[in-house]
Amino acid sequence: MAQIIVENLRKRFIVAKRRKGMLGALAGVVHREHRVVEALAGVGFTVEAGELVGYIGPNGAGKSTTVKVLSGILVPDEGRCEVQGRVPWLERIEHVAHIGVVFGQRTQLWWDLPVVESFDLLRDIYRVEQKDHARRLEQLVAALDIGGILDTPVRQLSLGQRMRCDVVAALLHGPRLLFLDEPTIGLDAPAKLAVREFIRELNREHGTTVILTTHDMDDIEALCSRVVVIDRGRIFCDGSLDALRARVGVERRLTLELESDASLEIEGARIVEREGPRVVLAFDPERISPAALIARITEQHPVRDLLVENPPIEEIVARLYDDAREETS
Amino acid sequence: MRAYLAIFGARFRALLQYRAAAMAGLVTQVFWGFVRVMIFTAFYASTDAPQPMTLAEVITYIWLTQALLRLLPWQPDTDVEQLIPDGNVAYELMRPLDVYGLWFARAVALRSAPMLLRCLPMLLPAYLWFGMGLPASPAAAVVFLVSVLGAIVLSAAITTLLSVSMLVTISGRGIHVLSISVINLMSGAIVPLSLLPDWSQPVLTLLPFRGLLDTPFRIYLGHLPLDAAAGAIAHQFLWALGLMLLGRMLLQRALRHVVVQGG
Repeated sequence: MAQIIVENLRKRFIVAKRRKGMLGALAGVVHREHRVVEALAGVGFTVEAGELVGYIGPNGAGKSTTVKVLSGILVPDEGRCEVQGRVPWLERIEHVAHIGVVFGQRTQLWWDLPVVESFDLLRDIYRVEQKDHARRLEQLVAALDIGGILDTPVRQLSLGQRMRCDVVAALLHGPRLLFLDEPTIGLDAPAKLAVREFIRELNREHGTTVILTTHDMDDIEALCSRVVVIDRGRIFCDGSLDALRARVGVERRLTLELESDASLEIEGARIVEREGPRVVLAFDPERISPAALIARITEQHPVRDLLVENPPIEEIVARLYDDAREETS
Repeated sequence: MRAYLAIFGARFRALLQYRAAAMAGLVTQVFWGFVRVMIFTAFYASTDAPQPMTLAEVITYIWLTQALLRLLPWQPDTDVEQLIPDGNVAYELMRPLDVYGLWFARAVALRSAPMLLRCLPMLLPAYLWFGMGLPASPAAAVVFLVSVLGAIVLSAAITTLLSVSMLVTISGRGIHVLSISVINLMSGAIVPLSLLPDWSQPVLTLLPFRGLLDTPFRIYLGHLPLDAAAGAIAHQFLWALGLMLLGRMLLQRALRHVVVQGG
Protein backbone atom coordinates (compact mmCIF):
# COMPACT_ATOMS: atom_id res chain seq x y z
CA MET A 1 0.00 0.00 0.00
CA ALA A 2 1.26 3.45 -0.82
CA GLN A 3 2.33 5.32 2.32
CA ILE A 4 2.33 8.70 0.65
CA ILE A 5 0.30 9.86 -2.33
CA VAL A 6 0.89 13.38 -3.55
CA GLU A 7 -0.77 14.76 -6.66
CA ASN A 8 -0.48 18.17 -8.22
CA LEU A 9 0.40 19.89 -4.95
CA ARG A 10 0.53 23.68 -5.17
CA LYS A 11 1.46 26.35 -2.68
CA ARG A 12 1.97 30.04 -3.32
CA PHE A 13 3.47 32.53 -0.94
CA ILE A 14 2.85 36.23 -1.26
CA VAL A 15 5.91 38.23 -0.34
CA ALA A 16 6.00 41.99 0.08
CA LYS A 17 8.63 43.61 -2.13
CA ARG A 18 10.90 46.11 -0.48
CA ARG A 19 12.24 48.93 -2.52
CA LYS A 20 15.76 50.14 -2.01
CA GLY A 21 16.91 53.17 -0.09
CA MET A 22 15.10 55.73 2.04
CA LEU A 23 12.75 56.80 -0.75
CA GLY A 24 11.90 53.20 -1.44
CA ALA A 25 11.17 52.61 2.23
CA LEU A 26 8.89 55.65 2.33
CA ALA A 27 7.13 54.53 -0.83
CA GLY A 28 6.66 51.17 0.85
CA VAL A 29 4.74 52.84 3.65
CA VAL A 30 2.21 54.20 1.18
CA HIS A 31 1.98 51.37 -1.26
CA ARG A 32 3.44 47.90 -1.12
CA GLU A 33 4.07 45.77 -4.11
CA HIS A 34 3.70 42.07 -3.73
CA ARG A 35 5.42 39.25 -5.44
CA VAL A 36 4.00 35.75 -5.73
CA VAL A 37 6.42 32.94 -5.09
CA GLU A 38 5.39 29.53 -6.30
CA ALA A 39 6.94 27.25 -3.71
CA LEU A 40 5.16 24.19 -5.06
CA ALA A 41 3.98 24.27 -8.65
CA GLY A 42 2.29 20.92 -9.03
CA VAL A 43 4.35 18.35 -7.18
CA GLY A 44 3.38 14.69 -7.42
CA PHE A 45 4.90 11.40 -6.32
CA THR A 46 4.06 8.17 -4.54
CA VAL A 47 6.05 6.44 -1.84
CA GLU A 48 5.48 2.78 -1.00
CA ALA A 49 5.87 1.34 2.48
CA GLY A 50 9.46 0.46 3.31
CA GLU A 51 11.09 2.81 0.81
CA LEU A 52 13.99 5.07 1.70
CA VAL A 53 13.64 8.10 -0.51
CA GLY A 54 16.07 10.99 -0.84
CA TYR A 55 14.33 14.27 -1.55
CA ILE A 56 16.81 16.78 -2.86
CA GLY A 57 17.05 20.12 -4.56
CA PRO A 58 18.81 23.45 -4.08
CA ASN A 59 17.86 25.96 -1.41
CA GLY A 60 14.42 27.39 -2.05
CA ALA A 61 13.40 24.58 -4.38
CA GLY A 62 10.41 23.55 -2.27
CA LYS A 63 11.85 20.67 -0.25
CA SER A 64 10.95 21.97 3.17
CA THR A 65 7.59 23.20 1.94
CA THR A 66 6.77 19.68 0.79
CA VAL A 67 7.88 18.18 4.10
CA LYS A 68 5.79 20.74 5.97
CA VAL A 69 2.71 19.86 3.94
CA LEU A 70 3.33 16.14 4.43
CA SER A 71 3.76 16.58 8.16
CA GLY A 72 0.55 18.55 8.47
CA ILE A 73 1.86 21.96 9.51
CA LEU A 74 1.22 23.74 6.24
CA VAL A 75 -1.99 23.81 4.25
CA PRO A 76 -1.44 23.71 0.47
CA ASP A 77 -3.48 25.83 -1.93
CA GLU A 78 -4.34 22.99 -4.26
CA GLY A 79 -3.76 19.33 -4.86
CA ARG A 80 -4.21 16.00 -3.21
CA CYS A 81 -2.09 14.62 -0.43
CA GLU A 82 -2.64 11.47 1.55
CA VAL A 83 -0.22 10.07 4.09
CA GLN A 84 -1.05 6.66 5.49
CA GLY A 85 -4.57 7.18 4.23
CA ARG A 86 -5.05 10.53 6.00
CA VAL A 87 -5.08 14.09 4.74
CA PRO A 88 -2.41 15.63 7.01
CA TRP A 89 -3.89 19.07 7.60
CA LEU A 90 -7.46 17.88 8.03
CA GLU A 91 -6.65 15.16 10.55
CA ARG A 92 -3.56 16.74 12.04
CA ILE A 93 -3.69 15.14 15.48
CA GLU A 94 -4.35 11.60 14.24
CA HIS A 95 -1.78 12.10 11.50
CA VAL A 96 1.12 13.35 13.60
CA ALA A 97 0.58 10.57 16.13
CA HIS A 98 1.71 8.14 13.42
CA ILE A 99 4.71 9.89 11.91
CA GLY A 100 8.12 10.85 13.22
CA VAL A 101 9.88 14.05 12.21
CA VAL A 102 13.41 15.30 12.74
CA PHE A 103 14.26 18.83 11.62
CA GLY A 104 18.04 18.89 11.72
CA GLN A 105 18.21 22.57 12.50
CA ARG A 106 15.73 22.42 15.35
CA THR A 107 15.21 20.29 18.39
CA GLN A 108 12.06 18.86 19.86
CA LEU A 109 13.68 18.15 23.21
CA TRP A 110 13.02 20.33 26.23
CA TRP A 111 16.00 22.60 26.61
CA ASP A 112 16.05 22.72 30.41
CA LEU A 113 15.27 19.09 31.11
CA PRO A 114 17.54 16.05 31.22
CA VAL A 115 17.18 13.99 28.05
CA VAL A 116 15.37 11.14 29.78
CA GLU A 117 12.69 13.52 31.09
CA SER A 118 12.03 14.76 27.57
CA PHE A 119 11.55 11.13 26.57
CA ASP A 120 9.14 10.56 29.48
CA LEU A 121 7.18 13.62 28.42
CA LEU A 122 6.95 12.32 24.86
CA ARG A 123 5.67 9.02 26.24
CA ASP A 124 2.83 10.90 27.94
CA ILE A 125 2.17 13.14 24.95
CA TYR A 126 1.96 10.23 22.51
CA ARG A 127 0.09 8.07 25.05
CA VAL A 128 2.54 5.19 24.76
CA GLU A 129 2.13 2.32 27.21
CA GLN A 130 4.88 2.27 29.84
CA LYS A 131 6.08 -1.20 28.89
CA ASP A 132 6.23 -0.43 25.15
CA HIS A 133 8.03 2.79 25.97
CA ALA A 134 10.63 1.07 28.15
CA ARG A 135 11.30 -1.60 25.53
CA ARG A 136 11.61 0.84 22.65
CA LEU A 137 13.70 3.28 24.64
CA GLU A 138 16.11 0.53 25.59
CA GLN A 139 16.55 -0.51 21.95
CA LEU A 140 16.99 3.03 20.68
CA VAL A 141 19.39 4.03 23.44
CA ALA A 142 21.54 1.01 22.65
CA ALA A 143 21.37 1.56 18.88
CA LEU A 144 22.35 5.21 19.04
CA ASP A 145 24.65 4.82 22.03
CA ILE A 146 23.22 7.60 24.17
CA GLY A 147 23.10 5.68 27.46
CA GLY A 148 25.76 7.91 28.99
CA ILE A 149 23.99 11.20 28.36
CA LEU A 150 20.42 10.40 29.41
CA ASP A 151 20.70 12.45 32.59
CA THR A 152 22.36 15.45 30.95
CA PRO A 153 20.24 18.55 30.34
CA VAL A 154 19.71 19.05 26.63
CA ARG A 155 21.37 22.47 26.59
CA GLN A 156 24.67 20.86 27.61
CA LEU A 157 24.76 18.33 24.77
CA SER A 158 27.03 18.62 21.76
CA LEU A 159 25.32 18.90 18.38
CA GLY A 160 26.04 15.26 17.56
CA GLN A 161 24.69 14.03 20.88
CA ARG A 162 21.63 16.23 20.55
CA MET A 163 20.92 14.99 17.06
CA ARG A 164 21.07 11.37 18.16
CA CYS A 165 18.68 12.16 21.01
CA ASP A 166 16.38 13.94 18.56
CA VAL A 167 16.31 10.86 16.34
CA VAL A 168 15.38 8.75 19.37
CA ALA A 169 12.68 11.26 20.31
CA ALA A 170 11.14 11.04 16.84
CA LEU A 171 10.89 7.26 17.06
CA LEU A 172 9.68 6.66 20.62
CA HIS A 173 6.07 6.32 19.55
CA GLY A 174 7.00 3.74 16.91
CA PRO A 175 6.03 5.60 13.74
CA ARG A 176 6.00 3.65 10.47
CA LEU A 177 7.00 6.77 8.57
CA LEU A 178 9.91 9.06 9.36
CA PHE A 179 10.72 12.47 7.89
CA LEU A 180 14.32 13.53 8.23
CA ASP A 181 15.10 17.11 7.24
CA GLU A 182 18.87 17.48 7.03
CA PRO A 183 19.60 15.09 9.89
CA THR A 184 23.38 15.23 9.45
CA ILE A 185 23.77 18.99 9.09
CA GLY A 186 26.73 20.26 11.07
CA LEU A 187 27.70 16.84 12.41
CA ASP A 188 31.26 15.57 12.55
CA ALA A 189 32.20 12.41 10.66
CA PRO A 190 31.66 9.80 13.41
CA ALA A 191 28.30 11.28 14.34
CA LYS A 192 27.26 11.36 10.68
CA LEU A 193 28.21 7.74 10.28
CA ALA A 194 26.35 6.73 13.44
CA VAL A 195 23.16 8.49 12.34
CA ARG A 196 23.43 7.10 8.82
CA GLU A 197 24.06 3.57 10.00
CA PHE A 198 21.07 3.80 12.31
CA ILE A 199 18.74 5.06 9.59
CA ARG A 200 19.79 2.24 7.31
CA GLU A 201 19.11 -0.37 10.00
CA LEU A 202 15.79 1.19 10.85
CA ASN A 203 14.71 0.99 7.25
CA ARG A 204 16.05 -2.52 6.59
CA GLU A 205 15.20 -4.27 9.83
CA HIS A 206 11.98 -2.56 10.81
CA GLY A 207 10.72 -1.59 7.37
CA THR A 208 10.19 2.02 8.44
CA THR A 209 9.55 4.28 5.47
CA VAL A 210 12.02 7.18 5.45
CA ILE A 211 11.89 10.46 3.55
CA LEU A 212 15.26 12.17 3.75
CA THR A 213 16.05 15.70 2.61
CA THR A 214 19.67 16.69 2.61
CA HIS A 215 22.42 18.60 0.88
CA ASP A 216 24.92 15.90 1.70
CA MET A 217 25.43 13.67 -1.32
CA ASP A 218 27.15 11.09 0.85
CA ASP A 219 23.93 10.71 2.87
CA ILE A 220 22.04 9.99 -0.33
CA GLU A 221 24.74 7.73 -1.66
CA ALA A 222 24.90 5.73 1.55
CA LEU A 223 21.19 5.42 2.14
CA CYS A 224 18.81 6.05 -0.69
CA SER A 225 17.81 3.68 -3.44
CA ARG A 226 15.50 6.29 -4.88
CA VAL A 227 16.00 10.00 -5.33
CA VAL A 228 13.40 12.63 -6.06
CA VAL A 229 14.81 15.94 -7.29
CA ILE A 230 12.74 19.09 -6.98
CA ASP A 231 13.50 22.45 -8.54
CA ARG A 232 11.45 25.62 -8.51
CA GLY A 233 8.45 23.78 -7.16
CA ARG A 234 8.45 21.01 -9.74
CA ILE A 235 9.59 17.42 -9.63
CA PHE A 236 12.48 17.35 -11.98
CA CYS A 237 13.63 13.78 -11.76
CA ASP A 238 12.43 10.73 -9.87
CA GLY A 239 14.33 7.46 -9.97
CA SER A 240 17.30 5.49 -8.72
CA LEU A 241 20.54 7.18 -7.83
CA ASP A 242 22.25 5.47 -10.75
CA ALA A 243 19.60 6.71 -13.13
CA LEU A 244 20.12 10.21 -11.81
CA ARG A 245 23.88 9.96 -12.27
CA ALA A 246 23.50 8.50 -15.71
CA ARG A 247 21.14 11.26 -16.68
CA VAL A 248 23.55 13.93 -15.60
CA GLY A 249 26.69 12.05 -16.50
CA VAL A 250 28.34 13.11 -13.30
CA GLU A 251 32.01 12.47 -13.04
CA ARG A 252 33.71 11.55 -9.84
CA ARG A 253 36.87 13.20 -8.64
CA LEU A 254 40.11 11.50 -7.74
CA THR A 255 42.67 13.65 -5.96
CA LEU A 256 46.21 12.27 -6.03
CA GLU A 257 49.39 13.28 -4.36
CA LEU A 258 52.27 11.90 -6.37
CA GLU A 259 55.86 11.35 -5.31
CA SER A 260 57.10 13.46 -8.21
CA ASP A 261 56.02 16.16 -10.65
CA ALA A 262 56.21 13.68 -13.53
CA SER A 263 53.69 14.12 -16.28
CA LEU A 264 50.66 11.91 -16.06
CA GLU A 265 48.37 10.52 -18.68
CA ILE A 266 45.72 8.03 -17.70
CA GLU A 267 43.21 6.40 -19.98
CA GLY A 268 39.61 6.87 -18.84
CA ALA A 269 40.26 10.03 -16.78
CA ARG A 270 40.99 13.64 -17.53
CA ILE A 271 43.06 16.09 -15.55
CA VAL A 272 40.99 18.88 -14.02
CA GLU A 273 43.64 20.53 -11.92
CA ARG A 274 47.38 20.15 -11.53
CA GLU A 275 49.57 21.81 -8.95
CA GLY A 276 52.99 20.28 -8.63
CA PRO A 277 52.60 16.77 -7.23
CA ARG A 278 48.87 17.31 -6.56
CA VAL A 279 46.57 16.18 -9.36
CA VAL A 280 42.80 16.20 -9.56
CA LEU A 281 41.32 13.76 -12.05
CA ALA A 282 37.73 13.48 -13.22
CA PHE A 283 36.38 10.11 -14.29
CA ASP A 284 33.10 8.44 -15.12
CA PRO A 285 32.51 5.51 -12.72
CA GLU A 286 30.27 3.89 -15.33
CA ARG A 287 33.22 3.49 -17.65
CA ILE A 288 35.99 2.78 -15.21
CA SER A 289 35.61 1.71 -11.60
CA PRO A 290 37.58 3.70 -9.01
CA ALA A 291 39.50 0.55 -8.06
CA ALA A 292 40.57 -0.12 -11.64
CA LEU A 293 41.55 3.49 -12.14
CA ILE A 294 43.66 3.57 -8.99
CA ALA A 295 45.32 0.31 -9.97
CA ARG A 296 46.13 1.75 -13.38
CA ILE A 297 47.71 4.85 -11.85
CA THR A 298 49.73 3.12 -9.16
CA GLU A 299 51.19 0.82 -11.80
CA GLN A 300 52.83 3.76 -13.50
CA HIS A 301 53.43 6.29 -10.73
CA PRO A 302 54.30 6.13 -7.06
CA VAL A 303 51.36 7.67 -5.14
CA ARG A 304 51.68 9.19 -1.69
CA ASP A 305 48.01 9.78 -1.00
CA LEU A 306 44.67 9.65 -2.77
CA LEU A 307 41.04 10.54 -2.25
CA VAL A 308 37.91 9.68 -4.23
CA GLU A 309 35.08 12.16 -3.97
CA ASN A 310 31.59 12.61 -5.26
CA PRO A 311 30.81 16.06 -6.53
CA PRO A 312 28.57 17.86 -4.05
CA ILE A 313 24.84 17.57 -4.54
CA GLU A 314 24.66 21.18 -5.66
CA GLU A 315 26.92 20.40 -8.58
CA ILE A 316 24.80 17.46 -9.71
CA VAL A 317 21.64 19.43 -9.28
CA ALA A 318 23.17 22.40 -11.08
CA ARG A 319 24.01 20.09 -13.96
CA LEU A 320 20.44 18.81 -13.94
CA TYR A 321 19.06 22.33 -14.25
CA ASP A 322 21.44 23.25 -17.01
CA ASP A 323 20.17 20.22 -18.89
CA ALA A 324 16.60 21.24 -18.18
CA ARG A 325 17.12 24.73 -19.56
CA GLU A 326 18.74 23.36 -22.67
CA GLU A 327 15.80 21.05 -23.20
CA THR A 328 13.25 23.83 -22.90
CA SER A 329 15.12 26.43 -24.95
CA MET B 1 -5.49 14.81 29.92
CA ARG B 2 -2.39 12.90 31.00
CA ALA B 3 -0.46 14.59 28.21
CA TYR B 4 -1.50 18.09 29.26
CA LEU B 5 -0.74 17.34 32.90
CA ALA B 6 2.70 16.09 31.87
CA ILE B 7 3.34 19.31 29.94
CA PHE B 8 2.20 21.34 32.94
CA GLY B 9 4.41 19.28 35.27
CA ALA B 10 7.51 19.65 33.12
CA ARG B 11 7.12 23.40 32.84
CA PHE B 12 6.33 23.73 36.52
CA ARG B 13 9.47 21.82 37.52
CA ALA B 14 11.59 23.78 35.07
CA LEU B 15 10.31 27.07 36.48
CA LEU B 16 11.00 26.02 40.06
CA GLN B 17 14.69 25.85 39.13
CA TYR B 18 14.92 29.63 39.01
CA ARG B 19 15.53 30.14 42.70
CA ALA B 20 18.08 32.92 42.33
CA ALA B 21 15.67 34.91 40.15
CA ALA B 22 12.97 34.36 42.76
CA MET B 23 15.21 35.67 45.56
CA ALA B 24 16.20 38.73 43.55
CA GLY B 25 12.56 39.34 42.65
CA LEU B 26 11.62 38.99 46.29
CA VAL B 27 13.97 41.76 47.36
CA THR B 28 12.55 44.07 44.69
CA GLN B 29 9.01 43.23 45.66
CA VAL B 30 9.66 43.91 49.35
CA PHE B 31 11.22 47.25 48.44
CA TRP B 32 8.28 48.29 46.25
CA GLY B 33 5.91 47.08 48.91
CA PHE B 34 7.45 49.48 51.42
CA VAL B 35 7.34 52.36 48.94
CA ARG B 36 3.66 51.73 48.30
CA VAL B 37 2.85 51.35 52.02
CA MET B 38 4.52 54.71 52.69
CA ILE B 39 2.65 56.43 49.86
CA PHE B 40 -0.72 55.19 51.12
CA THR B 41 0.16 56.04 54.74
CA ALA B 42 0.88 59.59 53.59
CA PHE B 43 -2.42 59.75 51.67
CA TYR B 44 -4.41 58.55 54.63
CA ALA B 45 -2.63 60.97 56.97
CA SER B 46 -3.55 63.91 54.74
CA THR B 47 -7.30 63.25 54.53
CA ASP B 48 -10.16 63.25 56.99
CA ALA B 49 -12.76 62.10 54.47
CA PRO B 50 -14.09 58.57 55.07
CA GLN B 51 -12.47 56.04 52.72
CA PRO B 52 -13.90 52.74 51.45
CA MET B 53 -10.96 50.87 53.02
CA THR B 54 -9.07 51.38 56.27
CA LEU B 55 -5.32 51.97 56.12
CA ALA B 56 -4.69 48.56 57.75
CA GLU B 57 -6.74 46.92 54.99
CA VAL B 58 -4.84 48.80 52.31
CA ILE B 59 -1.54 47.64 53.80
CA THR B 60 -2.73 44.02 53.80
CA TYR B 61 -3.91 44.49 50.20
CA ILE B 62 -0.48 45.84 49.20
CA TRP B 63 1.43 42.91 50.67
CA LEU B 64 -0.95 40.46 49.06
CA THR B 65 -0.32 42.22 45.75
CA GLN B 66 3.44 41.97 46.25
CA ALA B 67 3.15 38.26 47.08
CA LEU B 68 0.93 37.34 44.11
CA LEU B 69 2.36 39.82 41.60
CA ARG B 70 3.85 37.12 39.41
CA LEU B 71 0.50 35.63 38.57
CA LEU B 72 -0.37 38.68 36.47
CA PRO B 73 -0.44 37.94 32.72
CA TRP B 74 2.00 40.68 31.77
CA GLN B 75 3.31 39.06 28.65
CA PRO B 76 2.73 36.16 26.27
CA ASP B 77 4.13 32.84 27.41
CA THR B 78 7.90 33.31 27.31
CA ASP B 79 8.37 29.84 25.80
CA VAL B 80 5.93 30.46 23.00
CA GLU B 81 7.47 33.90 22.56
CA GLN B 82 10.71 32.10 21.69
CA LEU B 83 9.11 29.38 19.61
CA ILE B 84 7.38 31.69 17.19
CA PRO B 85 10.19 33.90 15.82
CA ASP B 86 12.62 30.98 15.45
CA GLY B 87 10.09 28.63 13.88
CA ASN B 88 10.26 25.90 16.51
CA VAL B 89 6.52 26.31 16.70
CA ALA B 90 6.59 23.68 13.93
CA TYR B 91 7.27 21.05 16.56
CA GLU B 92 4.28 22.24 18.56
CA LEU B 93 2.09 21.44 15.60
CA MET B 94 3.80 18.08 15.33
CA ARG B 95 2.41 16.92 18.67
CA PRO B 96 -0.74 14.84 18.65
CA LEU B 97 -2.33 17.40 20.94
CA ASP B 98 -4.67 20.32 20.76
CA VAL B 99 -2.27 23.27 20.40
CA TYR B 100 -4.47 25.49 22.53
CA GLY B 101 -4.51 22.90 25.31
CA LEU B 102 -0.75 22.59 25.07
CA TRP B 103 -0.19 26.33 25.38
CA PHE B 104 -2.78 26.69 28.10
CA ALA B 105 -1.21 23.92 30.21
CA ARG B 106 2.13 25.70 29.94
CA ALA B 107 0.60 29.06 30.80
CA VAL B 108 -0.95 27.64 33.98
CA ALA B 109 2.52 26.48 35.04
CA LEU B 110 4.05 29.82 34.07
CA ARG B 111 1.54 31.78 36.14
CA SER B 112 1.57 29.51 39.18
CA ALA B 113 5.16 28.29 39.72
CA PRO B 114 7.01 31.64 39.98
CA MET B 115 4.17 33.03 42.09
CA LEU B 116 4.24 30.07 44.51
CA LEU B 117 8.00 30.29 44.72
CA ARG B 118 7.79 33.90 45.89
CA CYS B 119 4.58 34.05 47.83
CA LEU B 120 5.47 32.20 51.04
CA PRO B 121 8.82 33.93 51.66
CA MET B 122 6.97 37.20 50.98
CA LEU B 123 3.92 36.60 53.17
CA LEU B 124 5.76 35.34 56.23
CA PRO B 125 7.79 38.51 56.96
CA ALA B 126 4.78 40.58 55.89
CA TYR B 127 2.72 38.98 58.67
CA LEU B 128 5.47 39.08 61.24
CA TRP B 129 6.92 42.53 60.73
CA PHE B 130 5.29 44.54 57.95
CA GLY B 131 1.80 44.99 59.36
CA MET B 132 -0.14 42.56 57.18
CA GLY B 133 -3.41 41.31 58.65
CA LEU B 134 -4.89 37.79 58.75
CA PRO B 135 -7.90 36.72 56.62
CA ALA B 136 -11.25 38.03 57.83
CA SER B 137 -12.41 34.54 58.83
CA PRO B 138 -11.42 30.89 58.28
CA ALA B 139 -14.20 30.63 55.70
CA ALA B 140 -12.84 33.72 53.93
CA ALA B 141 -9.40 32.09 53.87
CA VAL B 142 -10.75 28.98 52.13
CA VAL B 143 -12.81 30.97 49.62
CA PHE B 144 -9.75 33.18 49.06
CA LEU B 145 -7.75 30.13 48.01
CA VAL B 146 -10.49 29.07 45.57
CA SER B 147 -10.46 32.58 44.18
CA VAL B 148 -6.66 32.53 43.74
CA LEU B 149 -7.14 29.36 41.73
CA GLY B 150 -9.68 31.24 39.63
CA ALA B 151 -7.16 34.05 39.20
CA ILE B 152 -4.51 31.58 37.96
CA VAL B 153 -6.90 30.07 35.42
CA LEU B 154 -8.01 33.53 34.29
CA SER B 155 -4.41 34.70 34.03
CA ALA B 156 -3.44 31.62 32.02
CA ALA B 157 -6.38 32.26 29.65
CA ILE B 158 -5.21 35.86 29.10
CA THR B 159 -1.59 34.72 28.70
CA THR B 160 -2.57 32.18 26.05
CA LEU B 161 -4.63 34.79 24.23
CA LEU B 162 -1.55 37.05 24.17
CA SER B 163 0.54 34.10 22.91
CA VAL B 164 -1.94 33.45 20.12
CA SER B 165 -1.73 37.11 19.10
CA MET B 166 1.98 36.56 18.44
CA LEU B 167 1.15 34.30 15.51
CA VAL B 168 -0.01 37.48 13.82
CA THR B 169 2.49 39.99 15.18
CA ILE B 170 5.59 37.71 15.51
CA SER B 171 7.06 39.93 18.21
CA GLY B 172 5.52 40.03 21.66
CA ARG B 173 6.95 43.39 22.66
CA GLY B 174 4.09 45.67 21.65
CA ILE B 175 1.46 43.58 23.36
CA HIS B 176 3.77 43.31 26.37
CA VAL B 177 3.94 47.07 26.87
CA LEU B 178 0.21 47.46 26.35
CA SER B 179 -0.88 44.64 28.60
CA ILE B 180 1.40 45.62 31.50
CA SER B 181 -0.18 49.06 31.85
CA VAL B 182 -3.77 47.92 31.33
CA ILE B 183 -3.48 44.93 33.63
CA ASN B 184 -1.61 46.70 36.43
CA LEU B 185 -4.22 49.44 36.62
CA MET B 186 -7.34 47.33 36.12
CA SER B 187 -6.39 44.44 38.39
CA GLY B 188 -5.61 46.54 41.45
CA ALA B 189 -1.83 46.14 41.33
CA ILE B 190 -1.30 49.92 41.48
CA VAL B 191 -4.22 51.19 43.57
CA PRO B 192 -6.79 48.96 45.32
CA LEU B 193 -9.77 49.10 42.98
CA SER B 194 -12.19 50.19 45.74
CA LEU B 195 -10.22 53.45 46.02
CA LEU B 196 -10.73 54.32 42.34
CA PRO B 197 -13.55 56.79 41.49
CA ASP B 198 -17.17 55.62 41.72
CA TRP B 199 -17.84 56.18 38.01
CA SER B 200 -15.13 53.67 37.10
CA GLN B 201 -16.53 50.91 39.30
CA PRO B 202 -19.12 49.44 36.86
CA VAL B 203 -16.45 49.17 34.14
CA LEU B 204 -13.91 47.63 36.52
CA THR B 205 -16.47 45.14 37.74
CA LEU B 206 -17.46 44.12 34.24
CA LEU B 207 -13.93 43.62 32.87
CA PRO B 208 -12.02 40.41 33.63
CA PHE B 209 -8.92 42.05 35.13
CA ARG B 210 -10.49 42.58 38.54
CA GLY B 211 -10.53 38.81 38.95
CA LEU B 212 -6.72 38.67 38.81
CA LEU B 213 -6.02 40.35 42.17
CA ASP B 214 -8.83 42.49 43.49
CA THR B 215 -11.46 39.75 43.74
CA PRO B 216 -9.35 37.37 45.84
CA PHE B 217 -8.11 40.25 48.00
CA ARG B 218 -11.57 41.58 48.79
CA ILE B 219 -12.60 38.05 49.77
CA TYR B 220 -9.54 37.86 52.02
CA LEU B 221 -10.42 41.18 53.67
CA GLY B 222 -14.02 40.13 54.15
CA HIS B 223 -15.32 42.95 51.90
CA LEU B 224 -17.23 40.39 49.85
CA PRO B 225 -19.67 38.38 51.93
CA LEU B 226 -19.71 34.71 50.98
CA ASP B 227 -22.71 34.86 48.62
CA ALA B 228 -21.24 37.86 46.77
CA ALA B 229 -17.91 36.01 46.73
CA ALA B 230 -19.56 33.10 44.93
CA GLY B 231 -20.74 35.55 42.27
CA ALA B 232 -17.26 37.09 41.99
CA ILE B 233 -15.64 33.68 41.59
CA ALA B 234 -18.21 32.78 38.95
CA HIS B 235 -17.23 36.04 37.22
CA GLN B 236 -13.57 34.90 37.22
CA PHE B 237 -14.30 31.47 35.81
CA LEU B 238 -16.84 32.69 33.24
CA TRP B 239 -14.37 35.23 31.91
CA ALA B 240 -11.66 32.56 31.88
CA LEU B 241 -13.92 30.22 29.93
CA GLY B 242 -14.91 32.94 27.48
CA LEU B 243 -11.28 33.95 26.88
CA MET B 244 -10.28 30.32 26.44
CA LEU B 245 -12.95 29.78 23.81
CA LEU B 246 -11.95 33.00 22.06
CA GLY B 247 -8.24 32.09 22.18
CA ARG B 248 -8.91 28.62 20.85
CA MET B 249 -10.99 29.95 17.99
CA LEU B 250 -8.38 32.57 17.03
CA LEU B 251 -5.63 29.96 17.25
CA GLN B 252 -7.47 27.57 14.94
CA ARG B 253 -7.96 30.36 12.47
CA ALA B 254 -4.34 31.54 12.69
CA LEU B 255 -2.96 28.03 12.25
CA ARG B 256 -4.64 27.71 8.90
CA HIS B 257 -2.47 30.57 7.72
CA VAL B 258 0.68 29.98 9.65
CA VAL B 259 3.83 29.64 7.63
CA VAL B 260 6.92 28.31 9.29
CA GLN B 261 9.79 29.82 7.35
CA GLY B 262 13.21 28.39 6.78
CA GLY B 263 14.63 24.89 6.87
